[in-house]
Amino acid sequence: MIQAQPETVLSVEELCVDYVTDRGPVRAVDRVSLEVARGEFLGIVGESGCGKSTLLFAIARLLSPPAEITSGAVRFNGRDMVAMRDEELRHLRWREYSVVMQSAMNALNPVMTIGAQLKDVIHAHDHMGAREIGERSREVLRLVGIDPVHLRSYPHQLSGGMRQRAMIAMALVFTPELVIMDEPTSALDVVAQRSLMVQIKQLQRKIGFAAIFVTHDMSLVSHFSDRLAVMYAGQVVEIGDTRRLFAEPKHPYTAGLMGSFPSITGPIEPLVGIGGAPPDLAHPPAGCRFHPRCPRVMPRCSVDNPDFYNQEKDLVRCFLYDGRAAGAERVSQLDH
Amino acid sequence: MITDLPTPPGGSELLRTRALTKHFKMGGVFSRSHLHAVDGIDLVIGENEIVAVVGESGSGKSTLARLIAMVYKPTSGEILHRGSPISALRSRRKILDYRGRVPMVFQDPYGSLSPVYRVSHGLMRSLKLHRTDLSDRGRRQEAEYLLESVGLTPPADFLAKYPYELSGGQRQRIGFAQALACRPELILADEPVSMLDVSVRIGVLNLMSSLRRRERISFLYITHDIASARYVADRIVVMYAGQIAETGPVEDVLAHPKHPYTQLLLSAVPDPRAPVSVPASAEVQEPPRVIDPQAGCRFRDRCPFAIDECSRVTPRLRLLRPDHEAACHVAASDMEGGEQVSGALLN
Amino acid sequence: MGVNLVADPTRAVASPDAPRASVLRGFGAALLGNRKAMAGTALLVFFALVAVLAPVIAPYPPQAILFDQILPISPQHLLGTTGNGQDIFSQLVWGTRESLAIAILAGLAATAVSVLVGVTAAYLGGVWDHVLDLFTDVFLVIPTLPLMIVIAAYAKGGGFWVLVIVIVITGWSYGARQLRVQALSLRNREFLDAARVRGERSLYIVLAEILPNMTSLIVANFLGAALYAVLAAAGLQFIGLGDPNELSWGTMLYWAENNGALLAGSPQWAIAPGICIAVLGGAFALLNYAFDEIANPALRPVKRRR
Repeated sequence: MIQAQPETVLSVEELCVDYVTDRGPVRAVDRVSLEVARGEFLGIVGESGCGKSTLLFAIARLLSPPAEITSGAVRFNGRDMVAMRDEELRHLRWREYSVVMQSAMNALNPVMTIGAQLKDVIHAHDHMGAREIGERSREVLRLVGIDPVHLRSYPHQLSGGMRQRAMIAMALVFTPELVIMDEPTSALDVVAQRSLMVQIKQLQRKIGFAAIFVTHDMSLVSHFSDRLAVMYAGQVVEIGDTRRLFAEPKHPYTAGLMGSFPSITGPIEPLVGIGGAPPDLAHPPAGCRFHPRCPRVMPRCSVDNPDFYNQEKDLVRCFLYDGRAAGAERVSQLDH
Repeated sequence: MITDLPTPPGGSELLRTRALTKHFKMGGVFSRSHLHAVDGIDLVIGENEIVAVVGESGSGKSTLARLIAMVYKPTSGEILHRGSPISALRSRRKILDYRGRVPMVFQDPYGSLSPVYRVSHGLMRSLKLHRTDLSDRGRRQEAEYLLESVGLTPPADFLAKYPYELSGGQRQRIGFAQALACRPELILADEPVSMLDVSVRIGVLNLMSSLRRRERISFLYITHDIASARYVADRIVVMYAGQIAETGPVEDVLAHPKHPYTQLLLSAVPDPRAPVSVPASAEVQEPPRVIDPQAGCRFRDRCPFAIDECSRVTPRLRLLRPDHEAACHVAASDMEGGEQVSGALLN
Repeated sequence: MGVNLVADPTRAVASPDAPRASVLRGFGAALLGNRKAMAGTALLVFFALVAVLAPVIAPYPPQAILFDQILPISPQHLLGTTGNGQDIFSQLVWGTRESLAIAILAGLAATAVSVLVGVTAAYLGGVWDHVLDLFTDVFLVIPTLPLMIVIAAYAKGGGFWVLVIVIVITGWSYGARQLRVQALSLRNREFLDAARVRGERSLYIVLAEILPNMTSLIVANFLGAALYAVLAAAGLQFIGLGDPNELSWGTMLYWAENNGALLAGSPQWAIAPGICIAVLGGAFALLNYAFDEIANPALRPVKRRR
């Protein structure tokens, strides 16, 4: 289905993550496949409950019970991380891939200075002399635009934006090939958000790491990502080049999402958003998971589960794009 | 000497604040410092209009809403409801009457409903307190009617549910139903959609618009999202560090932003449809926590246009375009034709 | 969709987010499913039955001096007789009443005071919060045992009610702290603001909005207070500060000690009430743990189901 390219840093293949609950297993991530090429910026967007954070944790191998990977593979530079033991993972962690969490105030230790935490991170994954650690720390702070004098500061002494950048500095300390970020800007104000995004993009160009950026805010990631994956109810429903996706969203959910952002330029048009609510993952709807809310639903959608269909190098999980079914009934495009 | 803002077009005035100020004492028992949450706010809300208050966190917008909702008492200044100061409301009956006319909808759909009661609880209590004309049966019917008008059908089903059984969007609609129960004139909506999923926000914003159209209810819509402010509001008030930076009709302010902060906000809004703009400079500070401030413009440290006067004199709101004011020395001196009018039009 | 990836081990306080009806329904189910809860409940029920049915179970009037002294265990005297010639088993059975009563009454009263002080402090805030907090701290810091002894001695070895009062005075402050903290955390929840904004009176808000959201902590406090009461009452009575003429397990211990029971050939005179005290205390402790587990799933024993 998906061809692995030689320059692929990360390849997720049919990954499934279940939560073990009293009522039986709940599938939070359903057969997700995607790839990240070297140096590529992939955005993963979706609303609450779509599984994007779970997916991210699964990729970073940070899941803990009751969540577990039940099938599929996560290949980092060709090696399957799901099958790896903790020892091997530890070699990979932070040196080849690192993770930036959602809220710096939660992830940073409030009683340790930034310098001390950087030292901890370095110590955990490498042996460096004290002087080297100091140099590297200063270097990495400068890289994210923080004055190295803040090595001696505590997290609460820094502004929100600076804390997030400190987190990113920690993630970059070993110049990994892949940085996974879970909504690193959501705790920030609009202006700080933008500045941080610009910074991340600049760093990415400079150092050349690939980035996976998970967010619920599509418009935020739109200017910075190369490709975008849209998730709904545990599945990836559309994935493709960002510009193209925005110009012509193919999946009705993506289109619905686009229609949920009021614009600050152009005429004010009445918007509809998307009616209904995301499904309960313990009892997902039969067939396509989006069909109860879909304005372009067809009879087939409540019965079968769509695969990915190719549409000019983008992939859409929707029967509308199933070129094979020539006689498929089409409901005319309704403007709800 | 502050002269009053003019009454807005479109009807009589519902609410007016004059030099509204709220300071919070910081630190322990012996400290003297004060956090200036809101300083000298002059605001007018008329009938049948939606006024958006836009600002980042720490701008004082939520405090402003809570002052108007009588959750906080002002440190100084006054709030006038249809001309009479609400500080003069003493009797429980009068205060209850005010609360019925000016209710509030809250930000957190997961925190604004008590988890131990069914969702009908708050609604029925509101009705009991404010609609004494109704019998028990009447209240029940009214509750169902209210749920229908906020789009929750079948209403009887929803009344019996617990908050954990509803989605965020549905809970917010319950919040609106509670506000509607008192037959309000003005609903204070404190970031009602910020914690909702993107696809659900529009539904709630549309609800606000339709309530304003159908029931002629005004809204004070507090938000940090300028785009949504544009979508629903008639007028916009931009707040920064406890003060009003700019105010005016929404389209005019967005098309001709006069205050540098407004300009910064607009440039930072990620709009997928807008062309990619030149990125803002790397070293961006954040809105200050205003503790015992000096005179002068509070935006001066971040302002690319700051002049000497900005550090010494606190700018006042000046009329720069029709109905459109900004508190900025530079913007004011930039005015063509020297139309500097201190205060506002004397109507 | 609200499943936590990493359970937060620091939250020992029950989350107030479980809605009430579901808590009641689910409570029954959880109770049945939790071994500690079943054990604790069974024990309490057992003691309650013994207390209620004492006239039926006990073969003889407990204080009646009818028999020879220090008789050994026999079918007529299941636990032998006391140094005064009273049947120990009957005493034990009848003694259940007072011991259980003290535990529950003192527990309830101490919890009531804790709730009153703690929640009021949190709700009023400001200067009142400081004052009440200081007040709580003073009581918290006073050494309990000496205080109990002083009060009980001052009341000239008073009986049941003195004991209850002493236990309440020494036992309320710990709970008040906990409850105040939880009430404080609730105070910023928007549904309280929502109640205020719709015009509710303060008293209503405290009774109908704040307290119902604290039920699990209040119940937990009660269980802790009851446990404390069992042990404190027994201790005080044992050293003679209760009224020796009343009948409870603690006073039995007192008399047993006074008569040198262990050496005089009637060790069961001391051991039997001792075991009962421990078991009753254990029942409350079990329920306390069980409650924590039910309220906070992270503390439940991990059952791996395949």
